[in-house]
Amino acid sequence: MDVLSQFWATYGSVVQFALINMLLAISIYFTLYTGLLSLANAGFMAIGAYVSAVLTIHAGTPFIVNLLGGACVAMFIGLLLGLPVLRLRDVYLAIATLGFGEIVRIIAINFDNFTGATLLGGAEGLDRVPKLTTPEGLIVTLLILIVLLIQLPRSRAGRAMAAIRRDENVAATMGINVFRYKVLAFVLGAFVAGLAGGFSAHLTRFVGPNAFGFDTAVNILAYAVLGGTQFWAGPLVGAALLTILPEALRFLNEYRGIVNGIILMVAIVYLPHGLVNPQWFQRFRRTEAA
Amino acid sequence: MFWQQAVNAIWLGAVYSLFALGYTLVFGVLGLLNLAHPSLFMWGAFFGLVAVNNLQLPIWAALLLSMFATGLLGIVLERLAFKPLRRRNAPHLSALISSIGASIVLINLAQGAFGAQVSRYPFDTFPIQILNIGPVSITLLQVVILGVSLALMLALRWLLLSTRQGQAMRAVAFSERTAARLGIPVDRVIWQTFFIAGALAGAAGVLLGLAFNAVSPFMGTTMSLKGLTVMVLGGLGNIEGAVLGGFILAFSEVMSVAYLSSDLRDAVSFVLLFVILLVRPNGLLGRSSTKRA
Repeated sequence: MDVLSQFWATYGSVVQFALINMLLAISIYFTLYTGLLSLANAGFMAIGAYVSAVLTIHAGTPFIVNLLGGACVAMFIGLLLGLPVLRLRDVYLAIATLGFGEIVRIIAINFDNFTGATLLGGAEGLDRVPKLTTPEGLIVTLLILIVLLIQLPRSRAGRAMAAIRRDENVAATMGINVFRYKVLAFVLGAFVAGLAGGFSAHLTRFVGPNAFGFDTAVNILAYAVLGGTQFWAGPLVGAALLTILPEALRFLNEYRGIVNGIILMVAIVYLPHGLVNPQWFQRFRRTEAA
Repeated sequence: MFWQQAVNAIWLGAVYSLFALGYTLVFGVLGLLNLAHPSLFMWGAFFGLVAVNNLQLPIWAALLLSMFATGLLGIVLERLAFKPLRRRNAPHLSALISSIGASIVLINLAQGAFGAQVSRYPFDTFPIQILNIGPVSITLLQVVILGVSLALMLALRWLLLSTRQGQAMRAVAFSERTAARLGIPVDRVIWQTFFIAGALAGAAGVLLGLAFNAVSPFMGTTMSLKGLTVMVLGGLGNIEGAVLGGFILAFSEVMSVAYLSSDLRDAVSFVLLFVILLVRPNGLLGRSSTKRA
């Protein structure tokens, strides 16, 4: 027990960051599973973080309400963004969602200037957000999402999403409402990213406009691409590895960031299905049976 | 006042266009969005800086050297990040993700090699001379940048339309498989395309680094999104479109700063990007609607 508490004292925050990153990886998993490359999730994370922090500071409602409030606002904005933007295909969608993250940043910086309020703290951001995130809360949220992810491939929606990923035109011919399921995947992703934002704001006790830029969007993508985007454990493994890796590579100093880039390239070139490839288990099971 | 702003916008537009040319050339020939292009641009600025500072070269030689070096870097990028995917016939999104990885590597390498701070060209790299023409004043440097940008644009247009090399590139753009059947060495055309795109990025890097006299590992990141706006405005893969888009973006930015508020400068670019994507995703000069969109 002593060893455990010592471990927690040293690595507790890393573990909690890993759990938040797992949430983020799941948020982009929904869209990638449907074959959409959306880079908007850092923006949704920002919305969740700002809304929940403002609610905690000014409304005094319970943490769970603020958290869900932030996630719901992120989801609603995801719907508003998704309805026009999801008509665009691959590269064009990626560009449009990339722009969205920047727009959120610019609005966050200028919000107080234009409205005359003192809500978002401009370029300095909001500090003194109370620390309300607990490991238990994170784990429960993750478990609920994991159950959802395991059920996804067996559900009607999950099958429709996988079909859209394989071939949009064929899916449409089979009577799948392609656009509706794309919006569903996008909005689910926005909700989960908003949750992650809320947790992160109440863990680091700070929300700033520059914490959710292009780098964050790319990191989120890297978690899912490394882990794999067709099996539920993929994003979890990817997020865990990429959170722990920089800690283990401290000796590289300023060259540490290179590792992320190299992993992204190597993973996409040599591991097109990610680290967690369900085919490996199947092969294993087959040899076991024989 | 207005004419002065217009001159500023024309000059800035030329630089934006030059930056977007290589970006859009790769998309036009290969159909892939190379998000590492802004990092090549940043490396181009550093190559120029090293040539001036360490090799004591005059600025025109530094420009040529940087174009050559960045072109080579473009070829390396193609070999490592794109060729393996092309062999496997992977979807375009894989190449997009791979280029993001390459861009992170390039930025971090620059940060390790040159530090994260802003570096500057020596004070006397280019003579400071202000020309007054009627109501407007313009520096000699701006005139030269405008001239070099326009010359490079025309050179690219000539290359694509009037040489065998350009013919081969257009054939590959039309269909890689058909081009290969007709005996065009597709592989060679592709690395040559990356060399040209890299050289253009290098030129843009040196010129922009000189103009704002600020070179840093992160200078590509801001340009990255502006470059996307410029490309999408004109139509992805469209060379003339990139030039038009560069001038439109520069005009909207300069005018919004002059007549509205400087807070809006960055917002202008994204609002333009969104509007054009939603209204006319193939860009202002885009032709067929289904070929690539």
